[in-house]
Amino acid sequence: MVKQEKELANRPDNTAYTQQRLPAWQPMLSAGIIIPGFVIIGLAFIGIGVALFVTSQSIQVLELDYTGVEQTSPCFKCTDQTIKNCVCKLDFNIDKLFEGPVFFYYGLSNYFQNQRKYGVSKDDTQLSGDLDNFKTPSDTCLPYRYDSQGKPIVPCGAIANSMFNDTFKLFQIVKGVRKQVPFDGKGIAWWTDYNIKYRNPSVPVLKNAFNGTVKPISWPRPAYELDTSDPANNGFINQDFLVWMRRAALPDFRKLYRRITDGDYAKGLPAGNYSLEIAYNYPVLDFDGRKKVLLSNVSWMGGKNEFLGIAYLVIGSLCIVMSIVMLIVYAKFKFPEED
Amino acid sequence: MFRKKPPPEEERRVRANDREYNEKFQYASNCIMTSKYNIITFLPVNLFEQFQEVANTYFLFLLILQLIPQISSLSWFTTIVPLALVLSITAVKDATDDYFRHKSDNQVNNRQSQVLINGSIQSEKWMNVRVGDIIKLENNQFVAADLLLLSSTEPHGLCYIETAELDGETNMKVRQSVSVTSELGNQNNLASFDGEVVCEPPNNKLDRFCGTLYWRDKKYTLTNQNMLLRGCVLRNTEACYGLVIFAGPDTKLMQNSGRTKFKRTSIDRLMNTLVLWIFGFLVCMGVILAVGNAVWEREVGSLFQSYLPWDPPVDNFLFSAFLSFWSYVIILNTVVPISLYVSVEVIRLGHSYFINWDQQMFCSQCNTAAEARTTTLNEELGQVEYIFSDKTGTLTQNIMSFNKCSINGQTYGEVADPLGPQPKRLDFTPFNPLADPDFCFYDDTLLESVKVGDSHTHEFFRLLSLCHTVMSEEKSEGELVYKAQSPDEGALVTAARNFGFVFRSRTPGTITTTEMGRPVTYTLLAILDFNNIRKRMSVIVRNPEGRIRLYCKGADTVLLERLNPSNQELMNITSDHLNEYAADGLRTLALAYRDLSEDNWESWSESHRCADKATNCREDRLAAAYEEIEQDMMLLGATAIEDKLQEGVPETIAVLSLANIKIWVLTGDKQETAVNIGYSCKMLTDDMTEVFIISGHTVQSVRQELRGARERMIELSKARDGGKQEGMEGWGEACFTSYGLREGQEGGDAGGKQLGCPPSSPPPPPPPPTPPPSYLMDSISGEFALVINGHSLAHALEADMEAEFVSTACACKAVICCRVTPLQKAQVVELIKKHKKAVTLAIGDGANDVSMIKSAHIGVGISGQEGIQAVLASDYSFSQFRFLQRLLLVHGRWSYLRMCRFLCYFFYKNFAFTMVHFWFGFFCGFSAQTVYDQYFITLYNIVYTSLPVLAMGIFDQDVPDQRSLEYPKLYEPGQLNLLFNKREFFICIAQGIYTSVVLFFVPCAVLSDATQSTGVPLADYQTFAVTTATALVIVVSVQIALDTGFWTVINHICVWGSLGCFFAIMIALHSQTLFRIFPNQFSFIGRAQITLLQPVVWLTIALATAICIVPVLAFRFLKVDLKPQLSDTVRYTQLVHQKKRKPVSRGVERGWRGTNSVSEGRLGARGGSRRSGYAFAHQEGFGELITSGKNMRLSSLALATFASRHSSSWIDTLRRKKHTHTPPSASGESSPAPSSVSGSAPPLSNSSSVLGGSQDTPIEEETGTATAQKSQTVLTPSAQTRPAPASDSEDPVSQTPCVGVLTATAVRAHGGDSPGGWTITLGTVQEALFGWRARAVTSNNQASPAKDINQMEANLGHE
Repeated sequence: MVKQEKELANRPDNTAYTQQRLPAWQPMLSAGIIIPGFVIIGLAFIGIGVALFVTSQSIQVLELDYTGVEQTSPCFKCTDQTIKNCVCKLDFNIDKLFEGPVFFYYGLSNYFQNQRKYGVSKDDTQLSGDLDNFKTPSDTCLPYRYDSQGKPIVPCGAIANSMFNDTFKLFQIVKGVRKQVPFDGKGIAWWTDYNIKYRNPSVPVLKNAFNGTVKPISWPRPAYELDTSDPANNGFINQDFLVWMRRAALPDFRKLYRRITDGDYAKGLPAGNYSLEIAYNYPVLDFDGRKKVLLSNVSWMGGKNEFLGIAYLVIGSLCIVMSIVMLIVYAKFKFPEED
Repeated sequence: MFRKKPPPEEERRVRANDREYNEKFQYASNCIMTSKYNIITFLPVNLFEQFQEVANTYFLFLLILQLIPQISSLSWFTTIVPLALVLSITAVKDATDDYFRHKSDNQVNNRQSQVLINGSIQSEKWMNVRVGDIIKLENNQFVAADLLLLSSTEPHGLCYIETAELDGETNMKVRQSVSVTSELGNQNNLASFDGEVVCEPPNNKLDRFCGTLYWRDKKYTLTNQNMLLRGCVLRNTEACYGLVIFAGPDTKLMQNSGRTKFKRTSIDRLMNTLVLWIFGFLVCMGVILAVGNAVWEREVGSLFQSYLPWDPPVDNFLFSAFLSFWSYVIILNTVVPISLYVSVEVIRLGHSYFINWDQQMFCSQCNTAAEARTTTLNEELGQVEYIFSDKTGTLTQNIMSFNKCSINGQTYGEVADPLGPQPKRLDFTPFNPLADPDFCFYDDTLLESVKVGDSHTHEFFRLLSLCHTVMSEEKSEGELVYKAQSPDEGALVTAARNFGFVFRSRTPGTITTTEMGRPVTYTLLAILDFNNIRKRMSVIVRNPEGRIRLYCKGADTVLLERLNPSNQELMNITSDHLNEYAADGLRTLALAYRDLSEDNWESWSESHRCADKATNCREDRLAAAYEEIEQDMMLLGATAIEDKLQEGVPETIAVLSLANIKIWVLTGDKQETAVNIGYSCKMLTDDMTEVFIISGHTVQSVRQELRGARERMIELSKARDGGKQEGMEGWGEACFTSYGLREGQEGGDAGGKQLGCPPSSPPPPPPPPTPPPSYLMDSISGEFALVINGHSLAHALEADMEAEFVSTACACKAVICCRVTPLQKAQVVELIKKHKKAVTLAIGDGANDVSMIKSAHIGVGISGQEGIQAVLASDYSFSQFRFLQRLLLVHGRWSYLRMCRFLCYFFYKNFAFTMVHFWFGFFCGFSAQTVYDQYFITLYNIVYTSLPVLAMGIFDQDVPDQRSLEYPKLYEPGQLNLLFNKREFFICIAQGIYTSVVLFFVPCAVLSDATQSTGVPLADYQTFAVTTATALVIVVSVQIALDTGFWTVINHICVWGSLGCFFAIMIALHSQTLFRIFPNQFSFIGRAQITLLQPVVWLTIALATAICIVPVLAFRFLKVDLKPQLSDTVRYTQLVHQKKRKPVSRGVERGWRGTNSVSEGRLGARGGSRRSGYAFAHQEGFGELITSGKNMRLSSLALATFASRHSSSWIDTLRRKKHTHTPPSASGESSPAPSSVSGSAPPLSNSSSVLGGSQDTPIEEETGTATAQKSQTVLTPSAQTRPAPASDSEDPVSQTPCVGVLTATAVRAHGGDSPGGWTITLGTVQEALFGWRARAVTSNNQASPAKDINQMEANLGHE
């Protein structure tokens, strides 16, 4: 239209937007992009996969089940719940140096921390140190809100009430002498948990805050006496408590119990015989649960994880295979160049 | 508002000038209200309406479920936020719509009108006009309400109206007041007028009004002829007075408009079905998980109670399962995303704006842009299979232009070279000051010939200036305005005017012209008027020199037979010219003259008078008399008139038919006109295998014709296909529909013989066949076309013939229905909707198209014309037919594509999102634990994933608009519904479920063992939630990136923006600040920051993305490679060979030059497909009108006396002639000059009883006696013999009451040219008679047939 058109009132605007002529990138799944793309993805995935697999192979893991279901198990005697303060010992040996830092986990199976009712059964306001919620815990805590006398339970709710309370001690048996492996319980919880999310009420003496409340029903001691050795590790910021409070996503899970970082064992656990002393308190047999401990070290990418490496290798290979198939198909049914 | 609704009206009583009396009846006032809400009622009414939507109610129900603590698996806000958003968006839209309705209502209600109150004219708003008021209308004013015309400034109480808004007809119509009131004249008399009208209650029948005026102890019958309806415009009348009968919502206009049916697209319906399926799926999931919950609670949960006791109301696993079912219903509800509906609306709104904004659909001549008036139908524009188009004003401009002519064997008006420079338009002004400046002609040789004084050329134009029925009006010297009944005739007279033969004025006995600047007055001796059997008209004039000459113009077929043998050579040349013109799609007329000697004239005049006075078979005898003199004529030449098509119509039709869209033309015009237009817009071509014409008047004949057409089609396509079709013998089975009817026929036959006038009918038609098996009809090859007449259509639309009609018509490439009523238009559309399950589009410009526009899936109105009714009823409007191709092939196609891609993706993303919960159910004790954070669930659909898919849904293009027009085949996937159907849906769902599996199990497998590098396990719930959510958002973003084929800036912003938003919002929600304020609500504190720093998490996400996307990529690539769609090919070639390639030829030309040169078209039988202009839009009876002088202003002195001499009102005469045949006695006396009442149809019944009402009603003094006489004369014979048929136009009406009412409009609307439109054989008339008779007899239990028929007529009565 060379001719200058008369401007008309109703004429729509002539912009790229209104006329749907916005400049646009129109990608096309052409062979030139797709086939090399697949090769590149495939190679990249194989590379990552190999790296992951090799790394994963270098990680050592030691897993010990101590549920005591089998009669031969040293912990079998403790499965009888009438026995209080039952302690069982589990002996094992390490062939070669278990490189440090070594992490000590406890694991539970068939344990549904991810149950919805379980998950909501806590009072985050209370746990952030709000004293009002000490007196009247949130109703999400039911049925662990008040005890039978009507006194508020602090910390309330099913998660807190079901806190894992087995304790472990690890000894290296050096020439028949039991040498305790020192455990480091600091920083096993998430930093945000003990710094922000969970707070003890800001009162000078922690115990006073708990006046008029009762401890959770299954707890042997109240919250302010969780760690007798370290007064700072008590109340809601007790690391074991925090580890427990962080719900697991799946019914088989492990939680960090301690790190082995100090002293002779900073470099790892040397080969030798070890004995694990377990204070067996936590009943799991009712619901077919299993308890175990794990010793593991980590790499740059965390703990042992064979799945990831294998999955990368498989996907990478499939990409390569697909690219070959596509190349064949493309060669055979070439896109019509001319109409 | 709270007043009790009055009971439905039985009859309406209105007393003029008596508001108190009329108020008793509480008639509706003239205030119209189309709006739905006011400020107070908006919220409750709108909410109520919105909650009638199933989806909204469903979400309300979910919301209620969520408030039950035992069930609530999600926070309440996860549902209420989206719901509130959706409701408010819809509410805003509704409010805006209603605001504009309020505005337009106000504008209309506040128009001023002049009301006669207490004897004086006062200005009142329209809304204050009451029933019973007398209002004064002035020229060019809109009629404010339905009025009874009382008097006008014109003689005889006539007034002219234009009914474009009502029925789409632009020609003027005449209304006349009852004579007693027309005498009242001025307002003083009218103020004391206290007549009372009793009439029918309000109804929507535009062409019918029954009422009686009681005044001064006399009754006067009122008909539609006395009514001025709201929406009409007064024309050519200084002023008139009317009595308001119906006001506001009761007016016929409003009664006709009604509420627009809410249209849904097929995608909408599919979507609703799918949503129901998804509900079913949801329930299934719920049940599976509830069963799982029961098992788990029994096997594990009950034992796990030491750590997690059951909540108080739960005491057994079954109850727990029950609650868990509802909990899962809540968390899985996102498979039916609430944002689906609102997103769909937003996309459609976007598409509508693009339609509104499209410059290429903007017409600069009328300054009108296209408008999407409905925003909910866009994607259906991409699926249209049938287009139903009006003709006048839609395909054509309704402008006739004198294009070519052949004078004495010389053709003029050829445009030398269409590609050459535009030839110069002739300037007539220097030559002829009286020339019409708007007239266009390009060939100066013709003008030269006139100037030179070629006698043939002069005679040619003299004929054009004399032989017509045009009326002229000369407001000031030289400013001539022609009022032509048919535009063809107007064009011819205007042509003569410009070439120096100016028709100036006429009186009943003279015609004054200016010939080459010299005034000449001819004495008009006779007008031998047009009718459709004669297909010609003649005038006999005496020139000033005293020579008598007959000038005749008419259809070539008729005229060429009546020439003097000496013309043979000229005739051959002219005939060739005529063929050329016809091939150009022009309408032709042949012109001839004959010199008459005084003796000749005298003797003929005598015989004519005789014939005119004859008491029986007058029509025949008149025709014979005309025949006698129209002989031995000398050929002058031929004219060719172009019925101007709208710009680009043939091209558009060609492109649309290449897109496999079938186009049906439904027009109220005559068959000839319609067929002609069919040819000129290339719907019909001479290359077509065959064009079938269905014009039977009876059920049997129509059935037979349809059957014949089908047999022929199968036969021909068999011949073409080498006889591979077999087994069509099967459907030739005979089956009689009605024995009763046959008996009736025989009875009628006997009656016919008794009367003896017409020959007896042919033997009864062979029995109707059963429809052929559809597979036979589907495999028809070859190009066929079907032309069906309105009266045949009425039969074809009957329940038992529908299927037959559809199968015949759909096998044809083009279908033209002519003479159809507005109702029939709608019926045809409904028929196709019912039988073909195809998407239909109706396009029209007039109010007569409203019904079809409303009933089609998509209605398109042509805007920028005078009437706006069609536009108001339409879903889309634009001003040129050719924009239709852009609307469908570009906008429709894109909309469909975008909507389909949108839906596929939408369902996919929601399944991918939601099904993760299902898999998680197996690991969390079926406890309805969600995988994601509740905020993520709330925001996923409305924030994180909505914009990219909306951007794709609004902006995506697979191929550019130019390509979609070049490759109309690209339109086909829409018609076949390939892009989104149940299969595609399942594929999307499957992909969604696959993605959900990957998204759950990959993190599950990886994270269960993974730890941070600090040794802290990553298998906690929150990390898992964040990882899965991030993976999900990334996977669906990559997927939308793949689906988006057209990355504009907006797409980039949306995709990257959404991803950015996701991370930003997640980090914000996991921040300390929010946690400090609401520790209970934001328990994910710090999670995002820590999780997203873990390499394992990113490796997991990358893995999951790869597993989800790689197969999709591979699949798509292979699909494009192995089975490329046309759009892929086009896109590919577009992108790869942008410069090299030229677009594939549209194949238009190929289409027209079909290989099959054997033209067997029945139309073609008469030499090519020459189409006579005379058959078009011409009206019979104006000759008489002219010679009677009734339509001339009384200002002419001579006329005054003349008019008073002849008593019968011309309107009555006309009316009578149109619908009956005037009894000889009546019209014989009333015709002063040789009247040209025509028609060779048999003598006919008296439907003046319809016109005049019952016998005791004094109609008008003048005609009173005539009426009485008529009643007598006709009643007697019909009582004895048979119900005489009305004129042929009446037959179908009588037989099919349902159509009858509207047929009458068509008859009237097209100027009462009824007989000609339907060229019928006597046989068909006979058939019609018998059918009628049978009906009358059976329905009235042997009562006096004549009376019954009168009654029937009255019932059917039109006018």
